[in-house]
Amino acid sequence: MDVVIGQLFTGMSTGSILLLAALGLALTFGQMGVINMAHGEFIMAGCYTAYVVQQVVSATGASLLISLAVGFVVGGAMGVILEATLLRRLYHRPLDTLLVTFGVGLILQQLARDIFGAPAVNVVAPGWLSGGVEIFGAVVPKTRIFILLLAAACVAGLAAALKYLPAGRRIRAVVQNRDLAESSGISSRQTDRMTFFVGSGLAGVAGVALTLIGSTSPTIGQSYLVDAFLVVVAGGLGQLRGAVIAAFALGVLQSAVEYSTTASMAKVVAFVVIVGFLQLRPQGLFSVRARSLA
Amino acid sequence: MSGDTTSDVRRAAPGGRWRTMGGFAVAAVLLFAVAPTVLSDFRLGLLAKFLCFAIVAVGIGLAWGRGGMLTLGQGVFFGLGAYMMAMHLKLADAELYGGPGSVPDFMEIAGVRELPGWWAPFASPVFTIAAILLLPAAVAVVLGLAVFRRRVKGAYFAILSQALAAALAIYLVSRQELGGSNGLNRFRTFFGFTLNDPVNRTMLFFIASGTLLAVVAIVRQLMYSRYGELLVAVRDQEERVRFLGYDPATVKVVAYAVAAAFAGIAGALFVPIVGIISPADIGILPSISFLIGVAIGGRATLLGPVLGAIGVAWAESSFSEQFPSAWTYALGAMFVLIIGFLPRGLASVTAVRALRRRSGDGGRQSVPEQREVAV
Repeated sequence: MDVVIGQLFTGMSTGSILLLAALGLALTFGQMGVINMAHGEFIMAGCYTAYVVQQVVSATGASLLISLAVGFVVGGAMGVILEATLLRRLYHRPLDTLLVTFGVGLILQQLARDIFGAPAVNVVAPGWLSGGVEIFGAVVPKTRIFILLLAAACVAGLAAALKYLPAGRRIRAVVQNRDLAESSGISSRQTDRMTFFVGSGLAGVAGVALTLIGSTSPTIGQSYLVDAFLVVVAGGLGQLRGAVIAAFALGVLQSAVEYSTTASMAKVVAFVVIVGFLQLRPQGLFSVRARSLA
Repeated sequence: MSGDTTSDVRRAAPGGRWRTMGGFAVAAVLLFAVAPTVLSDFRLGLLAKFLCFAIVAVGIGLAWGRGGMLTLGQGVFFGLGAYMMAMHLKLADAELYGGPGSVPDFMEIAGVRELPGWWAPFASPVFTIAAILLLPAAVAVVLGLAVFRRRVKGAYFAILSQALAAALAIYLVSRQELGGSNGLNRFRTFFGFTLNDPVNRTMLFFIASGTLLAVVAIVRQLMYSRYGELLVAVRDQEERVRFLGYDPATVKVVAYAVAAAFAGIAGALFVPIVGIISPADIGILPSISFLIGVAIGGRATLLGPVLGAIGVAWAESSFSEQFPSAWTYALGAMFVLIIGFLPRGLASVTAVRALRRRSGDGGRQSVPEQREVAV
């Protein structure tokens, strides 16, 4: 029983990390239909933001909170620059967007390697996050609980913003019917840019959170990117709840398979399950009518 | 569907049969007569490796340029072919140098005395070659049917194929009986010929050259057949093709399987030519890197992918060792500039007529322009 609960929590924790990485994608890929392969590098930028902030602000607790805010802005700014310079020319060519942003990702990775060096760097977690909490006999690190709460806060914040804020309503309007939204006086250009800012900013936040559980290297984003895309695909486009359910399901599945076999088998199994799942539901868990993807 | 392929060839192919034959003759002379005399053994080996990438590129040109399927997972098929060939070479070496019943050297070092059961069939050269030719295509058919029948397409397909490449690379790292992250290397013979001998290495180059010419001929035949027209139609207007009574899934699966078979063959040739195959050669990065040469050369053309792939591979081998950082920037910039601003690759620059028509159709190449391809 302890093992089951322990594994379940590990799965939830893996799922929350996946969810953080995938949440921004759920906006940019799920809502706008833009396949941003540089999303992983925005996560990486968030990681290095946490590292740089900690060099400046040595108090670990304060630096974490500052990093979360700065990471959001850094990720968002990178996203807006990418959107304004390249992506807006490519909205009608989604597959080419994928390759172009992959190139951008390569450049960003190399930039990080040249600035911070290829070896991994570490960010010191605040004291109040060290150690673990015992839940039903299983010891769970506090950092993982923090990430779980952070993911929950991000989802809740994003969902509330989309539902209640005027800007969120504009985003939904553009997603559901671009032409009608434009003819109602909404600037779809500005809305796209804002969607991209928020989605990329969430990648930055995810990056800051990842520094709590591991070290940061220039390729850290790449390792999360494929999983994050799978979460969005399996969850279905255009809805946050799909991504939430898919992330936790995938997390629990991966940790369960990992427990009985190995981490690499878990990845292979996850892929097979998703292909099989898309056989049953090609549109993912949930779907709304959205701009078509190629 | 490709039953009556020959009837349309002469009508659709530009320049006619003589020009095509001339093109193949020139290429054959360059590869079989000029290259071996002009290039040193070392450079010939490098060119042979580039030809392997070109073979993959020809398949990608068909599946992506003509069929619109962005396959980010060609490393999977490349890896399948390569590992099967590598297993055979290791077994042959073990039998030749260690006597019958001995296990490959890396297993011996790891303390494995018993050959894993699924290795055994690969001791047979016939089985190995048949598996290299058939298995990647079979995997592609199964995967393609599963995915395309459910109308999973576009970005979904790209992401799934990429995840497959990532999964296979991760899986292989964990398999110690396949060399783990070191992969399989130190091959001494190739079907009985010692690989140290320069004559045999030239022979490998000839095999790669012949294979490249053959796959280009196959793709040319497919492109200018009725099947080729159908494939382009599926790329541009899948729904309309469906309404006309064709099954787009079948059309796509054929191109995907052909591309997979080419990648598998290229992988099998890569192993004796380069002397190593490891998970690093088949993961996400190498799989996407196969695409850039295709994009630069012109994804929907016949020869563009070949020249593009050879050019990029040549540039990489010339610059990446000396300036690794600058090379990565250049690779990234190529993805951004070529695909972002020159979606038809350099072929569109040379083809002046194509350039003139380019205004206003944002990368969706229209069918008539596809015929501008010079062979």
